[in-house]
Amino acid sequence: MSDPGFIRKYIFSTDHKVIGIQFLFSSLIFMFFGGLLAMLMRWQLGWPGSPLPFMEKIAPAGMPGGIMVPEYYNMLFTMHGSIMIFFGVIPLLVGAFGNYLIPLKIGAPDMAFPRLNMLSYWLFPIAAATVLAGFFVEGGAAASGWTAYPPLSGLKETMGPGQTLWAAGVVILGFSSIFGAVNYVATIINHRAPGMSFHRLPISIWAMFTTAVLTLLATPVLAAAMILLLLDRCLGTSFFLPAGMIVDGTPLAHAGGQALLWQHLFWFYSHPAVYIMILPAMGFVSDILPNFSRKPIFGYKAISYSAVTIGAVGFLVWAHHMFQTGMNPTLGTTFMVSTMAVAVPTGVKVFSWLGTLWRGSIRLTTPMLHALGFISMFIIGGLTGVFLASTPVDMYMHDTYFVVGHLHYVLFGGSLFGAFAGITYWFPKMFGRKMNDRWGKTHFWLTFLFFNGVMFPMFILGLGGMPRRIYDYTQYAGLVHFAPLNRMMSVSAFCLMATQLLFAFNFFRSLFKGEKAGPNPWEATTLEWETPSPPPHGNFAKTPVVHCGPYEYSVPGMKRDWQMQTEKHA
Amino acid sequence: MTTDAHSVHTGDTSTGIPSAKLGMWLFLASEVMFFTGLLGATIVLRAGMAHWPRPGEDLSIPLAAMNTFILLSSSMTMAMSVAAVHQADSKKIRLFLLLTILLGTAFLGVKGYEYSIKFAHGHFPGTALFWDCYFTLTGLHGLHVLAGIIANLWILWLTFRPNFLRSDGHRVELSGLYWHFVDLVWIFLFPLLYLI
Repeated sequence: MSDPGFIRKYIFSTDHKVIGIQFLFSSLIFMFFGGLLAMLMRWQLGWPGSPLPFMEKIAPAGMPGGIMVPEYYNMLFTMHGSIMIFFGVIPLLVGAFGNYLIPLKIGAPDMAFPRLNMLSYWLFPIAAATVLAGFFVEGGAAASGWTAYPPLSGLKETMGPGQTLWAAGVVILGFSSIFGAVNYVATIINHRAPGMSFHRLPISIWAMFTTAVLTLLATPVLAAAMILLLLDRCLGTSFFLPAGMIVDGTPLAHAGGQALLWQHLFWFYSHPAVYIMILPAMGFVSDILPNFSRKPIFGYKAISYSAVTIGAVGFLVWAHHMFQTGMNPTLGTTFMVSTMAVAVPTGVKVFSWLGTLWRGSIRLTTPMLHALGFISMFIIGGLTGVFLASTPVDMYMHDTYFVVGHLHYVLFGGSLFGAFAGITYWFPKMFGRKMNDRWGKTHFWLTFLFFNGVMFPMFILGLGGMPRRIYDYTQYAGLVHFAPLNRMMSVSAFCLMATQLLFAFNFFRSLFKGEKAGPNPWEATTLEWETPSPPPHGNFAKTPVVHCGPYEYSVPGMKRDWQMQTEKHA
Repeated sequence: MTTDAHSVHTGDTSTGIPSAKLGMWLFLASEVMFFTGLLGATIVLRAGMAHWPRPGEDLSIPLAAMNTFILLSSSMTMAMSVAAVHQADSKKIRLFLLLTILLGTAFLGVKGYEYSIKFAHGHFPGTALFWDCYFTLTGLHGLHVLAGIIANLWILWLTFRPNFLRSDGHRVELSGLYWHFVDLVWIFLFPLLYLI
């Protein structure tokens, strides 16, 4: 094959592996930025009203004299959430790993629609630029929370042009997600290698399949909601704006709209989005655990079908975010029951993972540590979710730091440890070199320690009545005693951020100086490990033929303790 | 080894379904949810309103009925164009594609005429919730019709290239799937906005 030239090969590439790596780098950069925004929030929470002199130059309006104003704090938590979810976790787990792994793991030369795939990637920076442009317009970026509840978000009078840019960017990103999802589903259904039946697919692929179906069916509803919000903001329509509103003493002309309608439409997407952000991580862990336990996975079908079940039930739980909104209480009970039902397939997964570890020959590599970190932290995230799903409990906990703790245990403790497990596991495949194991383990333990240092106290704060999204809790006498705890959390947060520099250092150093990895450094069984590291364009020299399931470790009577999926065992 | 450019429009895949067709169906599933969100929002908003225009009070049912007829006819011509692909009759493919494009344009023309009447009466998005819903739903549907017309124009241009049937014939069916979907959306919009 002739050399396509640098631009076609690395920038406007249609190769799924290059697109996956593009998503990987972009999303990691956005996560780093989103993390920095959180550091500013932690500064304000740890030392409310203390000046941070260098910030005066960066944000003269938001931090005059280095002291944060409340509006700036609102913008910080809005953009932290939006960036982490839309431009960090989803593109990392789905964009990067979905693209990189799907064709390799099912034995295909590329995605079903390579050009559509390229378009899906390039819409991503356009969407990000649109949202981030908000930082440079009057009034700053969006500041109505990542959930953008109207009427606050729907009025020009309350939110500046940054909010319009935010909604427009999210619509563009929606197209990127939908195109990606069409590609994933079509590829998994149609481009499996001979012998690769659905029941021989690695569980990460089952997870990606479910994720893509969720994306395909939920994202357009968010797009519809965003378009209605944009019309409310730009054309003066009243979809989400009720009658009788007065801003700065001026009555507004809007009438008839329903603010609750937004919440229904928004959460119809955003709750499935929670599963979009966790299912892929569950998939990686399901691939990694059997390898480093040198055992077949426990309950292959139970785990894969439970992913599908979580996806299906995930469409029926959205209003559990709305127990406190004045929604019909009978409806609340329905959503409480459906939400608690999600714990069943989730429990099936957790016990199957524990069953996989049971009496395995554990190899405590860096990816394995992250996978174990995932399970333990995700259990805390999941169980606190059951608390919140219970309507009477939620009446007390809603919009407190308990919710913030819960979502960070799922999204950082779950998704991010899963992502670190995935990155450290597939790094040798992606770049042909191993990451440094000692640095990797140090990074894991410090991240694990500081993560819990920031997030666990949130449950205590929440139970103690500290509201989320609060600029200065010390104005409430009943919360002042939380100041030392908040300072401890802030110190942990700064250490957590600094620890990620260690990861970045290891990542980039290993890109150039890491030990060379052969095709199969982890002695794994699935198809991607049959290719050279990194795999060439087109992946497989000849189409692989699959003879067995994805987790054939320690097969009795074999010399090696693993059987590749293409191997026949007499 | 099959190359992907090949298997996209042939049935040489794990399931025997051409990937392009599968992809179009998946995209349409996504489109269904998009309009479900919008239609659902309209129904919920209407349920919360004390006043909503009665059928025929503000909108012209005869004009919309005519437009429904035009759009249904365009679905027929689209189907006949797809049938002509199976007969490998390039002239018929072109004729029926052209008719589909013309009928689609006529639909947009009638819609534009309706809009101009509303504007003349002072009805714009932002004047009342009913008009917000009306203009948003018909406007987004109109954009979909426009996209279908553009797709058909592109395919019409392709038909003049040599080897059209062999390399791009499947595109008529793909465009047809999309066109029928857009037609179907109107079948929901017509009663929701005009008749009930």
